[in-house]
Amino acid sequence: MTALRFPTPPVHEAAETLRAEVRAFLTDVLADRSPLQRADSWNGFDRDFSRKLGQRGWLGMTWPKQYGGHERSAFERYVVVEETLAAGAPVAAHWIADRQSGPSLLKYGTEEQKQTILPGIAAGETVFCIGMSEPDSGSDLAATRTRAVPVDGGWHVTGTKLWTTGAHHADYMILFCRTSGTAADRQAGTSQLLVDLKATDGITIRPIIDLAGQHHFNEVHFEDAFLPSSALIGTEGAGWEQVMSELAFERSGPERFLSSMQLFIELIGALQGSTSEAAELALGRLTAHLVTLRRLSRGVAAMLEAGENPGTHAAIVKDLGATFEQELGDIARNLVDAEPDTASTSDFIAVLAHNTGNSPSFSLRGGTREILRGIIARGLGLR
Amino acid sequence: MELNDVGAMLADTAERLFTTHGDAIEGAGRDGGWADAAWAAIEESGLPLALVPEEHGGFGIPATEALALIRQTGRHALALPLPETIVANAALASAGLPLAEGPVGLAERANARVPWGRFANTVVVATDGGLQRHADLPVAAESTNVAGHPRDQLSIPEGNAGAAAAVPLLELGALARALQMAGALERVLELTVEHVSSRVQFGRPLAKFQAIQQELAKLAGEVAAASAAADHAADAYAVGGDLTFAVAVARTRIGEAASKSTAIAHQLHGAIGFTREHALHRFTTALWAWRDEFGTQRHWTLALGKRALSAGRDCYWPMVVAA
Repeated sequence: MTALRFPTPPVHEAAETLRAEVRAFLTDVLADRSPLQRADSWNGFDRDFSRKLGQRGWLGMTWPKQYGGHERSAFERYVVVEETLAAGAPVAAHWIADRQSGPSLLKYGTEEQKQTILPGIAAGETVFCIGMSEPDSGSDLAATRTRAVPVDGGWHVTGTKLWTTGAHHADYMILFCRTSGTAADRQAGTSQLLVDLKATDGITIRPIIDLAGQHHFNEVHFEDAFLPSSALIGTEGAGWEQVMSELAFERSGPERFLSSMQLFIELIGALQGSTSEAAELALGRLTAHLVTLRRLSRGVAAMLEAGENPGTHAAIVKDLGATFEQELGDIARNLVDAEPDTASTSDFIAVLAHNTGNSPSFSLRGGTREILRGIIARGLGLR
Repeated sequence: MELNDVGAMLADTAERLFTTHGDAIEGAGRDGGWADAAWAAIEESGLPLALVPEEHGGFGIPATEALALIRQTGRHALALPLPETIVANAALASAGLPLAEGPVGLAERANARVPWGRFANTVVVATDGGLQRHADLPVAAESTNVAGHPRDQLSIPEGNAGAAAAVPLLELGALARALQMAGALERVLELTVEHVSSRVQFGRPLAKFQAIQQELAKLAGEVAAASAAADHAADAYAVGGDLTFAVAVARTRIGEAASKSTAIAHQLHGAIGFTREHALHRFTTALWAWRDEFGTQRHWTLALGKRALSAGRDCYWPMVVAA
């Protein structure tokens, strides 16, 4: 059968008990966060918040206890992730590490890396960034030019990573680069290296301001930066397979349709008491999309729990989710008179302005819409 | 025999019957006729009793497996009121009424356009909070939907309030249409993949063009969403939950998926798909019709929108999670 069926998410009672705990916790810790701050959930950098999540045992939830994890199910982790995002919690200090860097290290890392790094992530102490994109290597990741030259006891790394979210805060980066061969070898000859950003010489981090005027992106330049042999993650030359696996982790969660939740909620607030049919039709349609996306996304969690590879399924959820989020702003503008302005005293208008400035990224981050659709087409057997 | 064996056996039987009688059903339907032998074989197989509990004369198979049979009829764009008869029998059983004889005309209200009304031997009509069972009602006015399937107004006698129904007939009919659409959409995707893989233009299969691949990926996304929304509604019936809400979600999302998917499928099939010689039209015309039967897409979307608005900003997310 060509159609991609998503498994039925099981009724998981432990996860629903957990949901009540997470909601109570979030109501308490986020009490002072404004709707505009909540709308910035993805980029909200708050080490204190991440530490508190770690203390509750809600980071590294599915990992083995010997590495600081809690050996809980993918569904319990799903509940924590979706509730924190729906509440607009500041997740930037932990979520890259919890979602993809940690799982990658768990899968491919050395025993030493697992023992030294994972407990810090699970505690909400250790911040990661993603070393993939470069000036000439965006969607075409295999075109990486950053090169690690083998030297005595390690590598000398030279090259530039770009659009690196949170590098200015991060403690570590998982660097995707070339360790042998030439650019003509494409995927072959690439590797992943663990970079201690705070303890490595020869690294310059420069801010890249995005169109909304925010500083989340950076350019990370490596100039003969020395990394020890122990920095190698997994197998030298197997970087491509590993980075694809990391991207599958990146795409597998519900964040790809929940990052604009605050706008949706403020829109409902702005429409309170309305009897407009246009509003009812629009909210009805969006609700149908949201409930369906949750079902699909929990199906991906079921695949993760069963140890299956949800690459194609996750690409579908992310593609549908980004489209859903990018529609929200215009739907809201059609229903409520507003001049978007982040300084507005109206929560709805401020959040709408924030969403407007960020929406182009929804179908770029973590793989562009075109790349995702290529993955889906491959899943259909077309390429 | 184990229960799961019975479910699997019914699914096999259904597949065999729908395939064997497919051409006859299609041919009869196109001429406004009725495939007598096909219906007789379906009734003989027991398929109309799939959703009926064992104590009422059914097989006692899990409801999810019974509902999967309705989805299977959609995979064949089956032009017979088997989905209506399956859900009507479940409703009759729950209301303590005798099961249907022959094909059922399911009327979500007294003046509804009843699917296959002219061929119905039993008519099940929704009343306020309940249902009535009638035999063989006269046809007041004949009409058809865009797929050419009969939609007839019947002379339904004024009567008492009827027997209490566990689940409103409108929701049951809407659930059936949601499942039929999910099944039909799966076939639309399969037919489209087959077509672009075999059709050669400019010296290579259409599937090798990126523009085509992108459209197929969109189609696959819509079909996956429709499939999940149908599963969600089926679970609400089988496992329990807010069926009205789940059906509203399913009909809203699947209706949109049907519109987008049929547009893509026809675009990629070119002129070939715009003929009666190709199977695609059986699925797309049925999808266009089913979007608005047992409650229009607009009806279900409005119902959902009202729920969203009344939840308000603070209770919206908990409502979504509980759905």
